[in-house]
Amino acid sequence: MMAGHSTSMGVEDVNLYYGDFHALKDITLDMPANQITALIGPSGCGKSTLLRCLDRMNDRVQGCRVEGRITLGDEDIKDIDPYDLRRRVGMVFQHPNPFPLTIYENVVYGLRRQGRRPKSELDGVVESTLRRVGLWDEVKDKLKASGLSLSGGQQQRLCIARALAVDPEVLLMDEPTSALDPISTSLVEELASELAHDHTVVIVTHNMQQAARISNQTAFFYLGELVEVGPTAELFVRPKKKQTEDYLTGRFG
Amino acid sequence: MASSSASARARRQDHIATGVLTAIVAVICVALVAIVVYIVGSGAGKLFDVSFLTGKPQQFKAGGGIGPELFNSFYLLVLTLLLSLPLSLGAAIYLAEYAHEGPVTTAAKTIIETLSSLPSIVVGLFGMLFFVLQLGWGFSIMSGALALTMFNLPILTRVIQQALEAVPRDQRDAGLALGLTRWETTIHILIPSAMPAIVTGVILSAGRVFGEAAALIYTAGQSAPMLDFTNFDLSSASCPWNVWRPAETLAVHIWKINSEGVVPDLAAVSSGTAAVLMVCILAFNIIARIVGRRLERRLTAE
Ligand SMILES: Nc1ncnc2c1ncn2[C@@H]1O[C@H](COP(=O)(O)OP(=O)(O)O)[C@@H](O)[C@H]1O
Ligand SMILES: [Mg+2]
Repeated sequence: MMAGHSTSMGVEDVNLYYGDFHALKDITLDMPANQITALIGPSGCGKSTLLRCLDRMNDRVQGCRVEGRITLGDEDIKDIDPYDLRRRVGMVFQHPNPFPLTIYENVVYGLRRQGRRPKSELDGVVESTLRRVGLWDEVKDKLKASGLSLSGGQQQRLCIARALAVDPEVLLMDEPTSALDPISTSLVEELASELAHDHTVVIVTHNMQQAARISNQTAFFYLGELVEVGPTAELFVRPKKKQTEDYLTGRFG
Repeated sequence: MASSSASARARRQDHIATGVLTAIVAVICVALVAIVVYIVGSGAGKLFDVSFLTGKPQQFKAGGGIGPELFNSFYLLVLTLLLSLPLSLGAAIYLAEYAHEGPVTTAAKTIIETLSSLPSIVVGLFGMLFFVLQLGWGFSIMSGALALTMFNLPILTRVIQQALEAVPRDQRDAGLALGLTRWETTIHILIPSAMPAIVTGVILSAGRVFGEAAALIYTAGQSAPMLDFTNFDLSSASCPWNVWRPAETLAVHIWKINSEGVVPDLAAVSSGTAAVLMVCILAFNIIARIVGRRLERRLTAE
């Protein structure tokens, strides 16, 4: 029922400052449609900061200034209403953060605020979205239970469902598995690969194997700079830069 | 060898600390329980005496009741909460969610902290000078409710602000990322998440307001006109709902009969009133716990 999308995102000459601190330096990066782009690099190198630029979550951060051009498809995101933008660009966080509401309400929350919809339509979205994230069979008998009553891995899939329910074109994931057990991690990885068929996925990860397993393209960041970007298979096997190689072989980070 | 004796010592210290801490807690608990038992025990005879609970206080004879005082205490409490809850909720939301870190928030936080440690007799004197004399409201429920609001506002604001700030940042991010405005995030996500802590804080502050005497002596006054519950003439002194009448509360009653009472059964009336006050406040605390836990459980309910 959900439309397939193919909207790329792009970042051109982006510089970001937190007050005097220059957190992103001249970043230019294409995130092709229907592919998974992995952002890797040591803690504090600006991966989350870049991700949060893509749906303008930094707008509200005091003292944060963004320069450069960020595009969704061929639109400049500055020209898109931020609330609209965030509907089109969904986000999943490191720690599962369902709302203190029922499972059902968590899924339909974003839809509800776009206006009244018949219950039958909402029911349909809940079932199809929860099926999509592989949670339906586990929760179909307790849709009225609190989202917080689920296990960590289930909560994370519920958060992915919440993001998907408004039918976004792009899905941003900030270390979505770093708080999960191995089984939940592989479920979320499979899901990300699945979703890339009709979404553009950008995932921040600390886990090299994860980047290697699921992404089409990998970008390596260091101290606010984009050191190297390339097809994942190539970057992992034949990094062009010394820093990338050092990071991949665990010599720092 | 050295390390095993070091760990033995650490373990011994741990045992000693456990023992000392347990003893301290035990002393505190015993003291508190003793106070409660003593107060409730000495007034127990009056606790279930309907004519005491509903009767009218006596000036000179024995056998006076605390009917008007009991009503006044609850009426003042409700009015105070009606005034202070919306204000402190608004202030707390502003401080926790809207205000940027900066001189304004720092100043506001300092002021609120100072106000919350202001001795209540000072609040009472301010109330007398301003509401009672300057505005000419006299000793009245209105003057008393506003003094209590001043007393309660900073405490409640802090409780609610802390409850909101304790909601993980992730929840705010989740709302923002779904395209919610800050207001929607606050109303639909943060307040429900913080609700158990907010409700607990409100009920506990209600206990403090209910037992407050110093702020009321010179604002709501020390006289309790007999109330006539069939009287709905809001300008009449015997109309219970009239906010311009003086209204002595339970706590003020205790203070007054002990400082200037001449009734022969003074001790019995005083300890009976204290027991009633104590039971009400214990009830507030127990209710706060039950409600807080219920809400908490509902948030994470299967
Ligand atoms: N709100 C903020 N204000 C100031 N500095 C920030 C803020 N958020 C992040 N930073 C700084 O920006 C840099 C990049 O942070 P971040 O994007 O979170 O890194 P990563 O996700 O790669 O670990 C870090 O040095 C961090 O301290
Ligand atoms: Mg990060």
